[in-house]
Amino acid sequence: MKKLQIFLLLLLSYTTCFAQQTGDVEMAFDMRSSGKIYVVIATIVIIFAGLALYLFSMDRRLKKIEKQK
Amino acid sequence: MKFIYQTWWKIAAVLLVLSTLVTGLLFDVPKLPILHESIRNLYFHVPMWIAMFTVFAISVFYSIRYLTTGKEEYDLIAVESANTGIFFFVLGLVTGMMWANYTWGAPWSNDPKQNSAAIAFLLYCAYLVLRNSIDEEQKRAKISAIYNIFAFPIMVVLIMVLPRLTDSLHPGSGGNPAFGKYDLDNGMKIAFYPAMLGWSFIALWIATLRYRIRLIEYKNNEIN
Repeated sequence: MKKLQIFLLLLLSYTTCFAQQTGDVEMAFDMRSSGKIYVVIATIVIIFAGLALYLFSMDRRLKKIEKQK
Repeated sequence: MKFIYQTWWKIAAVLLVLSTLVTGLLFDVPKLPILHESIRNLYFHVPMWIAMFTVFAISVFYSIRYLTTGKEEYDLIAVESANTGIFFFVLGLVTGMMWANYTWGAPWSNDPKQNSAAIAFLLYCAYLVLRNSIDEEQKRAKISAIYNIFAFPIMVVLIMVLPRLTDSLHPGSGGNPAFGKYDLDNGMKIAFYPAMLGWSFIALWIATLRYRIRLIEYKNNEIN
């Protein structure tokens, strides 16, 4: 009987360990719910838009030089 | 070749990448241990490699065309595509090391994927060294075109095939599904596929700009 009790106890503790392992995975929901993630998005969108405009301006300058030839 | 002077696909590429910057950070992702929110790196790290494959494939295509036609312009396209590919190679490797530092515990853990990517990088560095070591133009173009044709499949095998045959930390290796797990999540496709397409076209755009500059330089040298 005692053996069975210990066995069940160990078995149960195993399941709790398992539950902890596969339980809730911490995600950054707070960051999004507070709205601050939009600041990050705005920043990288501005950076990428700037880089794209820079590429477009290079494209235009090249076109001018190509026409001169 | 008119395609490279057109603007519509450049705008499309920019819009695609801009859309993934928003969707990639906002949309739901699967909750996975260890990865947590860093799973969103998938939208930015993997497209670097896809962009690299795109421009390297274009480089090989024009290397073959150079060998069949002997047109000097095709050689210039091949070099500048390879140059752009190496740039995206470095971006992919650095972002991968950054990601690995927080998920695998170290930026470089001698993972098969990392090691073979490094070997493939040297393979393409050798391409540039080979080019710069030959003075005669036609000889240089011919030898480097042949080298490029051999380098490309070896690079693909090194990065895509060999790491999958052994155990690796990288997804897609040793019975570890690559995107199979994430593909079930349709939400991720919305950001992932446009990212691959968008970044590929951005790489192509940079390659065409470099080619056009190179062409002007080449023509200037011809007159003198």
